[in-house]
Amino acid sequence: MKLIFERSRPGARCELLPPCDVPAAEWTIPLRATPPRLPELSEIDLSRHYTALAKEAHGVNDGFYPLGSCTMKYNPRINEEMAALPGFTGLHPLQPIETVQGALEVLSTAEELFCEITGMDAMSFQPAAGAHGEFTGLLLMKAYHDSRQDTARTKILVPDAAHGTNPASAAMAGYTVVSIPSNEKGCVNLDALRAAVGPDTAGLMLTNPNTVGLFDENILEITQIIHDAGGLCYYDGANLNAVMGIVRPGDMGFDVVHLNLHKTFSTPHGCGGPGAGPVGCREFLAPFLPVDQAVRQGDGFTLEQSMASIGRVKAFYGNFLVVVRALTYLLTLGREGIPEAAKNAVLNANYLMHLLKDRYQMAFTEGVMHEFVITLEEEKKQSGISAMDVAKAMLDYGIHPPTMYFPLIVHEALMVEPTETESRETLEEAAQILHEIIDRAHNEPEALHQSPKRTCIGRPDEVAAARQPRLRYLFPLN
Amino acid sequence: MGSYLPNSPDERRKMLETLGISSEDALFAHIPAAVKVDALNLPKGLSELAVRRHMEALAGKNQVFRSIFRGAGAYWHYIPAIVKSVAAKEEFLTAYTPYQAEISQGILQSIFEYQTMICELTGMDVSNASVYDGASAAAEATAMCRERKRQKILISGAVDPQTAETVHTYSFGSGAPVETVPLRDGRTDPDALCAALTPEVSCVLLQQPNFFGLLEDVPALAQAVHAAGAKLIVSVNPISLGLLATPAEQGADIAVGDGQPLGLPLAFGGPYLGFIACTKALMRRMPGRIVGETTDADGKRAFVLTLQAREQHIRREKASSNLCSNQALCALTAAAYLAAMGPGGLHEIAGQCAAKAQYAAARLCEIDGVSLAYQPPFFHEFVTRLPATPNAVLAALEDENILGGLPVEGGILWCVTEMCTKEQIDEMVRIVREVCVV
Repeated sequence: MKLIFERSRPGARCELLPPCDVPAAEWTIPLRATPPRLPELSEIDLSRHYTALAKEAHGVNDGFYPLGSCTMKYNPRINEEMAALPGFTGLHPLQPIETVQGALEVLSTAEELFCEITGMDAMSFQPAAGAHGEFTGLLLMKAYHDSRQDTARTKILVPDAAHGTNPASAAMAGYTVVSIPSNEKGCVNLDALRAAVGPDTAGLMLTNPNTVGLFDENILEITQIIHDAGGLCYYDGANLNAVMGIVRPGDMGFDVVHLNLHKTFSTPHGCGGPGAGPVGCREFLAPFLPVDQAVRQGDGFTLEQSMASIGRVKAFYGNFLVVVRALTYLLTLGREGIPEAAKNAVLNANYLMHLLKDRYQMAFTEGVMHEFVITLEEEKKQSGISAMDVAKAMLDYGIHPPTMYFPLIVHEALMVEPTETESRETLEEAAQILHEIIDRAHNEPEALHQSPKRTCIGRPDEVAAARQPRLRYLFPLN
Repeated sequence: MGSYLPNSPDERRKMLETLGISSEDALFAHIPAAVKVDALNLPKGLSELAVRRHMEALAGKNQVFRSIFRGAGAYWHYIPAIVKSVAAKEEFLTAYTPYQAEISQGILQSIFEYQTMICELTGMDVSNASVYDGASAAAEATAMCRERKRQKILISGAVDPQTAETVHTYSFGSGAPVETVPLRDGRTDPDALCAALTPEVSCVLLQQPNFFGLLEDVPALAQAVHAAGAKLIVSVNPISLGLLATPAEQGADIAVGDGQPLGLPLAFGGPYLGFIACTKALMRRMPGRIVGETTDADGKRAFVLTLQAREQHIRREKASSNLCSNQALCALTAAAYLAAMGPGGLHEIAGQCAAKAQYAAARLCEIDGVSLAYQPPFFHEFVTRLPATPNAVLAALEDENILGGLPVEGGILWCVTEMCTKEQIDEMVRIVREVCVV
């Protein structure tokens, strides 16, 4: 397909602005030497370009999207309409408080409801994504230890099955990362945890259900071990979708939590963002939350700045329109709908795993929650078919593949998360396709290595891309 | 209660039967009872119509001003209809990070085009696929410059305070010391900067135009920064780059900024878009996603996520950043905006902003006792001193549904964009005059 720059025609343009109704500016300053080479397009060419690009994309609305850990559930349309209300989109972030009471009520109400779901006491919506929330949450822990002059706590414990963002966030927060091995069930190895804690433990980061889709049944013991050592417990909310309304991180002993509104609370993923990674915490950490914090005051709402705050992690109050969407969803599902969504996420995952388990080896089968992990380690030894081959073959059937090669503790992993918004019919069709793929793996392995065949490109050369990076369009020399 | 579950109770029952269990609760049986909750104290779920009424009532409690003369990090610009329509396409809206290149070429290409446009705007060599906003972009940029023996960050006092606060917060994590460079007459004091440029300084963060709307002599400051062996980060307003010399032309090693003016609504502060662009030398220190061009087995042009050896999912605690989700849909919006504007349109908008700001400043300064707090040149923001209290002026404007400038030390920081007509500016000036001339 042509790049937008290759569609450009000199002199083509969209007519958008009236002529300037005041005298032209007078300048005494250095202007740019040459104009930026932005494309010149008429509106129809621009429109068709993006329509063509959209045809070479796969969203939740295009088909099954069981991308493990990412919770690609349906994005309700009402959320989009509410986020587009002029009463939200037209607000300048630095308007007087009395003119943004509705917006502050959105933040404050969302805080109350999400605190109820997580068992936390306060929440900031400033972090823009899950990883941003992790960083923020770790800084809360750091500020807390500092406030007690407890400055020898330099280590954050992270299970070896954790998302890469966990250790990366801990490093950004200035901590040394200690990797805790998983046991044979894919959960935290308690002996290793006990051996690792000490007076230098700042805290533990944990996802529960964990990245292999299992609920760690020792959770109370785990958080107790950390607390006994004087550390704090951080809950990575990436997998809250499996247990919301059934179990609360606060009741499991966690002190800090981040949520991924774009996973658990149905806001769209937008090709990679914007998401939102609000951070909740228990009362004793609340003074350290980022500024500004929306709070009730009398009949209305105001913004507060705590003196002990870690400061701000971005400008203003977070990805506000994402919070509007999530609140819309939360109010729609309500008390009954939240646990029902979790139960059906777990039911769907278990149903799909059941349909596949005779043909695909599962890394773990007991206690599977909202996602399960297939391992093709044995299959690869026998037929030469890898997790990559199966994933790429799925592309030809219009299914977005599961997460590949994660978690790292499972070899040749495919991590499958169907979510609750897929029908039984979709799951059965997907199972049938996966059966067909494994048949082909045995009958025509070469063809599978070559897949996909029906997509707009074949497998791209990623090695060449990294070796000789071409990261921008190179304009032809005239 | 609203619900988005496609399976009927009957279908669910059949699925449970297949699994050999009687209810979903059996799937949660292994979870310790001690941590289970009976029911959440949440409101009952609502139908779509009821939830719409509820949210519309909340939106209705806000005041949307008919004229806005406030910027300070969030700018009121026209958003073309085509831009909104592109950003609303469901294929883009509902997709995630393009991990599977074969079915994500449209997304990857859109990011590649965005990266190219950011490079063209800033004059830099390399752009990433976006970060959260301008403030976090600046903070990430400071981390790119960090060396073992050079840790200290200098921030001009004329950098947006929210950006400066964000850099401070990130530094609480990294431990890098941060020092503010004082101002002289609203601009970075070159002598103070030179004095602060000790051998442990890794980078200097400037803003152009600065927080007070003023243009800094960036090339001269850049020379001093580079002479001291430090890197220069310049935070820019992308609209201004329709006219002004690029950060690259002015000596920046890294250009950052907030892309909100490029087609994103004010939206009470987000979602916005952070951009980072750097020299080739710093490419492998870039945080976040980057899209590159390659070919498939048939030699066909293809786009992929690349240079992933920098990233958290590969490098874990040794990654250049923890960035995973970014603001891709906002980047797509900005690219569509820049394409709709084209080079001529961007030049026109920048020119109109500057012209209208100069006109508004001149008209305001005709009022007795009103004067510019700092010497021009400025772009589309400027500070005036006033003979009345800022609050009195702003309250009078608010009564007419006009959002005046932001109160700052020494007066009011005004912003004027192409959205303000001459009549709207004249009306604003008339109201300010009525308050000031008693």
